[in-house]
Amino acid sequence: MELRAELKYSKSHEWIKEDGDVSVIGLTDYAQSELGDLVFINLPEVGDEVTVGEAFADVESVKAVSDVFSPVSGVVTEINEELLDAPESINEAPYDAWFVKVGEVKETEELLDADAYKAFVESEEA
Amino acid sequence: MLIFEKSKTGRKCQNLPECDVPVVTLDAKDKREVKLHLPELSEGELSRHYTELAKKSHGVNDGFYPLGSCTMKYNPRVNEVAAGLEGFTDIHPLQPTETVQGCLEVFKTLESYLCEIAGMKRMTFQPAAGAHGEFTGLLLIKAYHKSHGDEKRKKIIVPDSAHGTNPASAAMAGFSVVSVPSGPDGCVDIEKLKEIAGDDVAGLMLTNPNTVGLFDKNILEITKIIHDCGGLCYYDGANLNAVMGTVRPGDMGFDVIHLNLHKTFSTPHGGGGPGSGPVGCKEFLVPFLPSILVEGEDKLVAVKEKDSIGEMKNFYGNFLVVVRALAYVMTLGKEGIPEASKNAVLNANYMMNKLKDLYTMAYDEVCMHEFVMSLADLKKQTGVSAMDIAKGLLDFEIHPPTMYFPLIVDEALMVEPTETESKETMDEAIAVFRKLYETAGEDAESLHNAPMTTPVTRMDEVGAARHPILRYQFED
Repeated sequence: MELRAELKYSKSHEWIKEDGDVSVIGLTDYAQSELGDLVFINLPEVGDEVTVGEAFADVESVKAVSDVFSPVSGVVTEINEELLDAPESINEAPYDAWFVKVGEVKETEELLDADAYKAFVESEEA
Repeated sequence: MLIFEKSKTGRKCQNLPECDVPVVTLDAKDKREVKLHLPELSEGELSRHYTELAKKSHGVNDGFYPLGSCTMKYNPRVNEVAAGLEGFTDIHPLQPTETVQGCLEVFKTLESYLCEIAGMKRMTFQPAAGAHGEFTGLLLIKAYHKSHGDEKRKKIIVPDSAHGTNPASAAMAGFSVVSVPSGPDGCVDIEKLKEIAGDDVAGLMLTNPNTVGLFDKNILEITKIIHDCGGLCYYDGANLNAVMGTVRPGDMGFDVIHLNLHKTFSTPHGGGGPGSGPVGCKEFLVPFLPSILVEGEDKLVAVKEKDSIGEMKNFYGNFLVVVRALAYVMTLGKEGIPEASKNAVLNANYMMNKLKDLYTMAYDEVCMHEFVMSLADLKKQTGVSAMDIAKGLLDFEIHPPTMYFPLIVDEALMVEPTETESKETMDEAIAVFRKLYETAGEDAESLHNAPMTTPVTRMDEVGAARHPILRYQFED
């Protein structure tokens, strides 16, 4: 399981990069490996509001469709349109394959650093 | 090879007689601009083509088909005999009803039997399949609340173990979907349900037994919680095969229900359809039912309720499926119906108990008509997944169980043998499951590559989903 020290993580397996006023959100390496090969992704639109703990996107593997939950509340300022045509890049490079950038962040859930997230995943696996 | 690739220009199946009516030339505006790509083959080639396709498929007539939640029981031939009777086949839906009294009697008779089994007042046969029935039922719930001026009820509660069609149908009907989690016992978490229940809840959708094959013993409390908050209860009849003739959904507190005639009542299923998803309801919802309802004693008539939600399908629904289901119910009778369910439950428990020393059962207790195993441990130890075992079964001419469902069980395989399988068939399947488990430990690679003996071997499902080819591309 690959982790990046500069990122923060949610318990619902999203990574977050806080970049000034904007939060960049993607899916963790652990999440993509559990889901398996992704074949489809639905993203919100620019201007949509996202809310802590609520689904803002979904990803589809051969097995199932899964929600992706927002670790922040705010407004979508940019989406990664390239993912729509190439969901496999989430499997190949999960930390480069960002989903959305969220601005006007009003609320952020309690996030984990890389070590705490690693411990969390291991406790879930056990 | 596709039928289009076998086509030779000018080849045909029949010699039509000389045209004995005037030939009319169409105006240019009425002519199609694109070539009509009809395959041209001789009758012999055509016959061979479809026989070849039939050999490549696997149905209940080919072998064991334990596809969980789909109830792939054998479809008795006598149903086909009944459905092939001229009086049922050589009719038109617009014929005056006095000339098709026997057909209306089929509806009336089956409606009375199915309402007795379901504990409902009336039933419509218009919906063409299960999900269509769900949609119909939800529109009834919507119409009911609207008739009370109660327009704030926007939520439909669906358990996290539900069939995917439940939330989809609720969304189609204009509701928002609220998921209620399952407890560690696989049943609805009552406390969580109480938190969600409120005056914005239109209803709850539930199947009982649920998708992990367990009968939710709290069902009376569940339906009461929903009724107390002003909501209605919808029964997804997908799993009725476990309880028909023994427990009635109406007595569990459900107000509206769909049945899958193509599952529980032995009519052809899947590609062999069409299906039929009749919707039954309690008396207070009857005014909203779609047309057509059959009424009368000596002279039967087709009527439409004045507050009807409207047509869900043209005419009467899939009538010949209804004939088949009636043949099935009348063949089994009131003793046979519950006996079929009891045998379905017995068979599932037999297979589960013959496998549980090797395979991990998601819920190790007496199951209903199906059981769910989790291959998470096997995958961790050997790398062999639920998908690999499912593919391995194909080499033994067994259709795989339902995979990766329900979503609350990791690496799930859901097995539903149905009542129409003999002990010998199940024993053979049990031996295959056990052999595959051993193979996983000894030669995982062979299972990653399975199946090897089928017309096509392991499919590139990811490639197919990412780059779907949805139609044949003609050269011109």
